[in-house]
Amino acid sequence: MTTKRVEGERRNHKVFVYALSTCGWCKKTKQFLRDNGVEYEYMDVDTGKMDEKRAAIERLRAKGAPLAFPVVIVDDNKIISGFKQDAIKEALGL
Amino acid sequence: MTGLDDVRRRAEADARSRGYFLNPNPEYLRDLLEGLLENEERYDYPSCPCRMASGVFDLDRDIVCPCDYRDPDVEEFGSCYCCLYMDAETHESGRTRPIPERRPVEKQLAAYGVEGEEQPAKEGVPEVEVPSVERRLMYCRVCGYTVFRDEPPYVCPICRAKREMFSEISPSLIFRTK
Repeated sequence: MTTKRVEGERRNHKVFVYALSTCGWCKKTKQFLRDNGVEYEYMDVDTGKMDEKRAAIERLRAKGAPLAFPVVIVDDNKIISGFKQDAIKEALGL
Repeated sequence: MTGLDDVRRRAEADARSRGYFLNPNPEYLRDLLEGLLENEERYDYPSCPCRMASGVFDLDRDIVCPCDYRDPDVEEFGSCYCCLYMDAETHESGRTRPIPERRPVEKQLAAYGVEGEEQPAKEGVPEVEVPSVERRLMYCRVCGYTVFRDEPPYVCPICRAKREMFSEISPSLIFRTK
């Protein structure tokens, strides 16, 4: 399981998305970021091996994020659970 | 082999039987059906595309689509967690929204062995000793549907009675027949 980067012209925030490759809401979230030109990194957690899945779950737990996908983490500290456009816009100043 | 059309037909039939509708957005629906197919190919069962499965059936049983949480979620929020299944009102309005995860955190943690012992991993499907699930024999007091699993379903899949209508069958019970 690798972290992938999607290039974009908006780079003023560090955006990381924990996603599932099969999940509709995760796709919408990635699409929304792309449409807004936001540069972000993401990880499709379900494509990983069991130990990688577990490591991802432990990282999410350590950040206090709910175990539901997608999870958008802005600047390492703001956690947005689920595809919430308004929350993402606010966090990124869109 | 199951194909996308099979997955679609299965979902349509299941929606009809419950009076539900499938997501009206053709692209979004296709994404979800493809996700279900992907999971069926990975794990041999169509686990929820919006949740991370462990690959161990006993631990994923509650999130095999249609998941245990679908009916209470449709009742409370108008759609299931993925927005695959929805009631007539949500289908007509087209207003969908992310809904909170009803699956207990403990179930997820157990599925990934978090806070548990280290387990060896293999590509995709874990080659692990299945953590034991305490199973009980239970029956629906309304229709007699019987299940052998860790807890009763939220809703009886046969007669839709609520989970409170399930009683445990004690192994010491003696059944008499004439």
